[in-house]
Formats: sequence, C-alpha cells, structure tokens
Amino acid sequence: MDFLVSIWEWLHEYVQYTIYSGVKALAILLPLFIVVAYYTLAERKVIGYMQIRKGPNRVGPKGLFQPFADMFKLMFKEIIIPTNSNRYLFIIAPVITFAPAMAAWAVIPFNDTLVFSNINAGLLYILAMTSVGVYGVIIAGWASNSKYALLGAMRSAAQIVAYEIAMGFALVGVLMVGGSLNLGDIVNKQAGGLEHWFFIPLLPLFFVYLISGVAETNRAPFDVAEGESEIVAGFHVEYSGMTFAVFFLAEYANMILIAMLCALLFFGGWLSPIPELVGDGTGWLFGKTAVFMLLFLWFRATFPRYRYDQIMRLGWKVLLPVTIFWLAVEGVAVYFKIGPWFD
Amino acid sequence: MFAKIHYYLKSFLFLELLKGMSVTGRYFFRKKFTVQYPEEKTPISPRFRGLHALRRYANGEERCIACKLCEAVCPALAITIESEQRADGTRRTTRYDIDLFKCIYCGFCEEACPVDSIVETNIFEYHFENRGENIMTKEKLLEIGDRYEAQLAADRSADAPYR
Repeated sequence: MDFLVSIWEWLHEYVQYTIYSGVKALAILLPLFIVVAYYTLAERKVIGYMQIRKGPNRVGPKGLFQPFADMFKLMFKEIIIPTNSNRYLFIIAPVITFAPAMAAWAVIPFNDTLVFSNINAGLLYILAMTSVGVYGVIIAGWASNSKYALLGAMRSAAQIVAYEIAMGFALVGVLMVGGSLNLGDIVNKQAGGLEHWFFIPLLPLFFVYLISGVAETNRAPFDVAEGESEIVAGFHVEYSGMTFAVFFLAEYANMILIAMLCALLFFGGWLSPIPELVGDGTGWLFGKTAVFMLLFLWFRATFPRYRYDQIMRLGWKVLLPVTIFWLAVEGVAVYFKIGPWFD
Repeated sequence: MFAKIHYYLKSFLFLELLKGMSVTGRYFFRKKFTVQYPEEKTPISPRFRGLHALRRYANGEERCIACKLCEAVCPALAITIESEQRADGTRRTTRYDIDLFKCIYCGFCEEACPVDSIVETNIFEYHFENRGENIMTKEKLLEIGDRYEAQLAADRSADAPYR
C-alpha cells in the first residue's frame, strides 16, 4: 500500500489529474453501460407485458442474462462494410454518435457535490453534445451508400433540427426560472418541497421537452429515422455487429440522459418531494429518472409511428408556438415575481 | 366554433394519448398468453396434418393397394408410386416416395385414400440432417405408421363422426 502511495506521489501532477479523471469517468460510464444493458431488457419485457406476452425469459433466471447474450452475439458478429461505402466515415459514424452521448454525462449532477465537472454552462454543454450526435446519424446514412440509409439520415436530420429548437426554447424557460445554466444550481433553486419544483409553472414546457426528447432520441412514435416498416432500419441498415451495437448504446444512453434531465430540470432532481418527512438523496434522482425511462417504453408500446409530415407539423407549428407563448407568460410571471418559483 | 375549442382542448390535454396509454397500462397487468413451447404445448386437433405415415391392417398386411389416387390428387406432385403384382396376385407398391420438400401438407392424399392407408400424423417436430432425407420412402413411412398406430387409430376414431 505504501508502495502504491509512493508511486502515486511520484507521478506528475497532470498525470495524477488524468488518472483521477479517468477513474471518475469510469465510475459514471460503467454503471451507465449496465443500466443501458438492462434498459434494453426492460424494454423488451415491458413491451412484451403490454402485449400480453412474457418477453425474453430463457437466458438465466427470468431472462436476466439476456443483455449479455445479446452483447456477446453482437461482439462476435462480423462488421460488414458495403463495397462502395466510404470506409473511413462508415466506421467513424457510430463513434461520432456514441462519444457525445457519453460526454454529455460529464455535467450531470447526482447530488449536491457528486458531479464529474461542475461547469457553469452545463445546460448549454448538454444541448451542444446532444446535437453533435445527429452528425453521426447523418454521416452513417451518407457513408453507407444505400438508399434507405440516406433516406433515414435525411429524415433524422430534418426531425432533429425541428425538435432541437423546441427543446432549446423549453430549456430557456427553465433558465428563466432557474437563473443559472449550472444544473446543480437549477436543482437547488427547486428546494423546498414538491410545490417548488419547476414542472408546476413550466408544465407546458415540460411536455414540450418530453415530446421533443422522445423525438431527439429517435424513439417511437417519432422513430421515422429508423422506420422499420417503411425504410427497413433507416440510417443503420448497413451496420452489423459492434458498429450497430454502438448506435444502439448511444440511443439508449441518450434516452436515459433525457429522462434524467427531465428529473433534474423539472422534477427537482435529488430533492425529496416532502423534505420534512424524507431526506434528499441520489435515490430520488434515480427513482424519478426510472419513471421517465418507463415512460419512453410505455410510449413505444402504445403509439403508432407519426407520419413524416405530421412530425414536422407538430414540431414547427405546435410545439414551437406553445413554447414561445409560454415564455411570454413566464416573462410576465418573472416580472411580477409570482409564486414560490419566480422570487 | 365549439367544435374547434373541443378539438383544441382534446389535443392539448392529451386525452386520447392518455386513453391509449391507459389501455396498454391495463394490459401490462393482464395474465400472459405466452406458451413456453418446448415445455408447454398447445392442444393438437385429431385432424392435424403433420408428417406422413403408411398404415397396416391389424393382421400386419399393408393397406396400400397402389391405386395411385394420392399421386393423382397431390397438388405439389410430391408423391411417386410404382406398383407390381405380388405373388399372391394382389397389386402392391414397390416404391412409395413422398418428397417432404415438395409436400404442402394439404392432406388431399389422406382424403383421397380409399383404404385409409396414407395418413398424416400429428408429428410436426422433425428435421433432416443430410441430403436425401427429405424423401420419405415406403419403408420409412410404414415404420412411422407402425410406431404411431395407436395414436393414428385414436385420432381417426375421434374424427369418425364428422367424416
């Protein structure tokens, strides 16, 4: 032990910092991978149950090892690169989707102090990171040199641009109440029990955020980018094995991220709804996140896919006006310092 | 005017979406219909049309009289029959092949057979491991018939009132 400590002290300050950060990143990413793995199982189970089926239950007790079976299958599958594709872009595209989905987790606070990097522009950073992910989708569609992939990529690009705006405006509403771009500060502003949480003054914005969050992650009912029954699998038709798995991983990590942001921005993050009875804690954040994660699956089991032009209509002509209208209402509320939220 | 307000209220309060979600939410707790296949099986009708078999009479004589009605009626041309006169003067098949790759399991051969010789059993879990195994020869068919005679007779007697 002393030996290890002496090695540690011998290392240069920057090396120490790098190792320390690496360990912290792993401490976030490894549990995230496990949650993603079991989220896929939960998805199949929940959708199965809603269709009066049992879902996967063969691998391990109650099918609990199913994600690992899937993972090993995907790892051992061949990565097929289409003949006329752009090889370099084809391989780099999943990474471009995956890296921002992971990087966004850097600024997520798990409680008052537990945050990887407590930067002041946290919300902006998350917006930026989640937007970069779409480049991976577009590049994947383009590099595949396949009609379906290109169609999927185009749909995805148009859809994400449309919903990014509504989403951004919904977050502007949060900023107006929170008075900060730092996620920790935004949560702390909601302290004081259920009635202080932002979902009450920002209910329309919350719904806009949730809907655009579903659209951003290309989930049903907004999954036209994949559109299984229309364009096979959209942008990732040509992907197999691990490259496909990386797209999958990024999608699910993004879903969890959106769910967690919902909990942080609108539902008081780690704060307890009744602080007099139960204390605050990370458990609250995870519980709230789990509810939103379940909602994603519930949506998928319930709603049929939107038609493409209807998605565009909803994004530009419904969600955007609603958010702008509510921002105006909120501005008035801020001016008159209404309620426990705007003081 | 009222219709328009009603429409906006309905869409902005997510009424129909919530209704849909309540349906799936209810079904979440329903009893599941899943049949765990290798362990559990669904009941099989006596008219089930699976793997073929050639039956014998109780005295061990094969039923088939080589009338070739099954060969004639087979829509997939899966049956090939060659016949010869046996020493006792009866007409018998020397070759009775069913190509299971061609067979569409329509059951016409069974219906056409005047002596209930060619029948379809309720066996549906079988596979081939080598080329050529898809051709069911007379020997193989008779063997299946011998092995499952009890089941075949029971199925036929159960269905007899409706034939």
